[in-house]
Amino acid sequence: MSYLIRRLEFFFITLWAALTINFILPRIMPGNPAQAMIVRFHGRVSPEAVKAIEVAFGLHSNESIFQQYLEYLRNTLTGNFGTSVTFFPVPVGDVIRQGLPWTLGLVGMATIIAFVLGTLLGMLSAWRRGGFFDAVLPPVFIVISAFPYFWLGLLVLLAFALTLGWFPLGFAYDLTDSINLSWSFAGQVIWHGFLPALTIVVTSIGGWILTMRNTMITTLAEDYVKMARAKGLSPIRIMLMYAGRNAILPNLTGFAMSLGFVISGAILVEIVFNYPGLGFTLLQAVHSEDYALMQTLFLMLTTAVLVAVLAADLLTALLDPRTREQA
Amino acid sequence: MAVRVVTDHVSVETAVVSRRGIAGTIARALTANRKAMAGLVLFGFFLVVAVLAPVIAPYDPHALQFGQMLQPSGAHLLGTTGTGQDIFSQLVFGTRESLLIALAAGLGATVISVVVGVSAAYMGGLWDHVLNLFTDVFLVLPTLPLMIIVGTYLNNRGLLVLVAVIVITGWSYGARQLRSQALSLRNREFLEAARARGERSLYIIVFEVLPNMTSLIVAIFFGAALYAVLAAAGLQFIGLGDPNSLSWGTMLYWAQANGALLAGSPVWVLAPGLCIAALGAAFALINYAFDEIGNPALRPVRRRK
Repeated sequence: MSYLIRRLEFFFITLWAALTINFILPRIMPGNPAQAMIVRFHGRVSPEAVKAIEVAFGLHSNESIFQQYLEYLRNTLTGNFGTSVTFFPVPVGDVIRQGLPWTLGLVGMATIIAFVLGTLLGMLSAWRRGGFFDAVLPPVFIVISAFPYFWLGLLVLLAFALTLGWFPLGFAYDLTDSINLSWSFAGQVIWHGFLPALTIVVTSIGGWILTMRNTMITTLAEDYVKMARAKGLSPIRIMLMYAGRNAILPNLTGFAMSLGFVISGAILVEIVFNYPGLGFTLLQAVHSEDYALMQTLFLMLTTAVLVAVLAADLLTALLDPRTREQA
Repeated sequence: MAVRVVTDHVSVETAVVSRRGIAGTIARALTANRKAMAGLVLFGFFLVVAVLAPVIAPYDPHALQFGQMLQPSGAHLLGTTGTGQDIFSQLVFGTRESLLIALAAGLGATVISVVVGVSAAYMGGLWDHVLNLFTDVFLVLPTLPLMIIVGTYLNNRGLLVLVAVIVITGWSYGARQLRSQALSLRNREFLEAARARGERSLYIIVFEVLPNMTSLIVAIFFGAALYAVLAAAGLQFIGLGDPNSLSWGTMLYWAQANGALLAGSPVWVLAPGLCIAALGAAFALINYAFDEIGNPALRPVRRRK
């Protein structure tokens, strides 16, 4: 049980850290970003919006910093993230709700594909040390993992969309169409999502292959694998059910914790493909210095990673009896 | 951005540093490892280009006197930009800043990793718990959005800010690896002996623990440098670098801003990206080679015919 308690502690502390970073940043930055923003938007946004910005950044406030902090926490936890300047007067929550499904779908699918495929390939390359996979895959993916996500996206865009014309240039569906629940629309979504997803899979799969290979090499030296071999079990069974299964365990949490890296890369991929997810929204927020939107995006992405980490932890606790034994 | 999978995988080197000395051991291991050699050659190539940039580049990288968006030719090996600058000269001079960011940020991140990771492992108890939690928090926070927010707030697009932002977001992975390894060293006999001699903690950490983690520390440095190359490129690409500076990421920013792909100048996009990828690959190869040096089980095996 102590394992789960430790993981829950981690979940809440990280969430609190992200919340607090958001609160502190605008208050410790040199100059006065909020003041500058209000001056810039003076006359362009309503007085209420200016008031909202002042409250969010602690300007003209007689409250102590502690009261501001409590108010900020209460607002954020009740889903009141303020008003977006970019999409004025749409609340930040609504802006994010539009982008979230696209990012979740794209990054989620691409990551799951990369993890499953990478784990299998890593397993195979460790199983046949010195074989084809083991000789070719590690060096190839060490090199590919050094590619900037967005640059690979640009390459893919150049090759498959501009030159060959097989795929559309960007966006998540045909702009002539509107969002609806039909097979043709689903086809469009897959069609438009293919290249961005491919980019994420290709750049992230190497990490899973190498880690799985390295853990699997350690697992293969264990006594229970020798025992299984001695019993004359079929090689496939030993690879998947004995060595592979045990090698995946330590990687599960690693998988979830690495999602932060994947999301960072996916943001840039969305920008390259004009994909209407949170990464693209983030770029728009940067261009118009929309701090409320930016900070909420950071919070959302952090929460998404944390939920994934917690899910992986629960799964590990379920699969690995050792985590339950520790007193 | 490269996925760096987090595991508690620990590799402990031989505790006794051989008579050849650390540098000699590492040098021998590097030359014997093909991945390391490939990485070192690439890295050396970029170092030479950075130092000799004024000699190699045919034109002033800022000069605007040429035709706009020229295709590659004898006069302009890689063509010209949308404002008529020679792309090849920009690429050569851009090596300097890109390399500087990578090495400076890599070094900064490594120093923090060593301090946090080793002290967590060595002090143990509550300290370890707190520092470890701190490391994990930084590990999980999505770094790019955080970098973007800090970068936008600072509104100062200087080199120092860029490096600082990368260091702050990039030290945690190494700290975690160092902690695992330092933990496994903590109860070794030679450390017991040092404690029994009555050495101070600082002495033990600096002269007994750290030398035994040299290859991991070097691996972490190159891993952090790889992260820095990619992070800097990403930040500059979306316009958070100094747009007037010369680096590969800034070149990509201008190429994208001018719609180079659609305008039929793919070289403007391809060349700087290829350089980023090559420098990143050099760091990644050296990093991986050091992992292999530290953990012999990972080394390639030769199959008997």
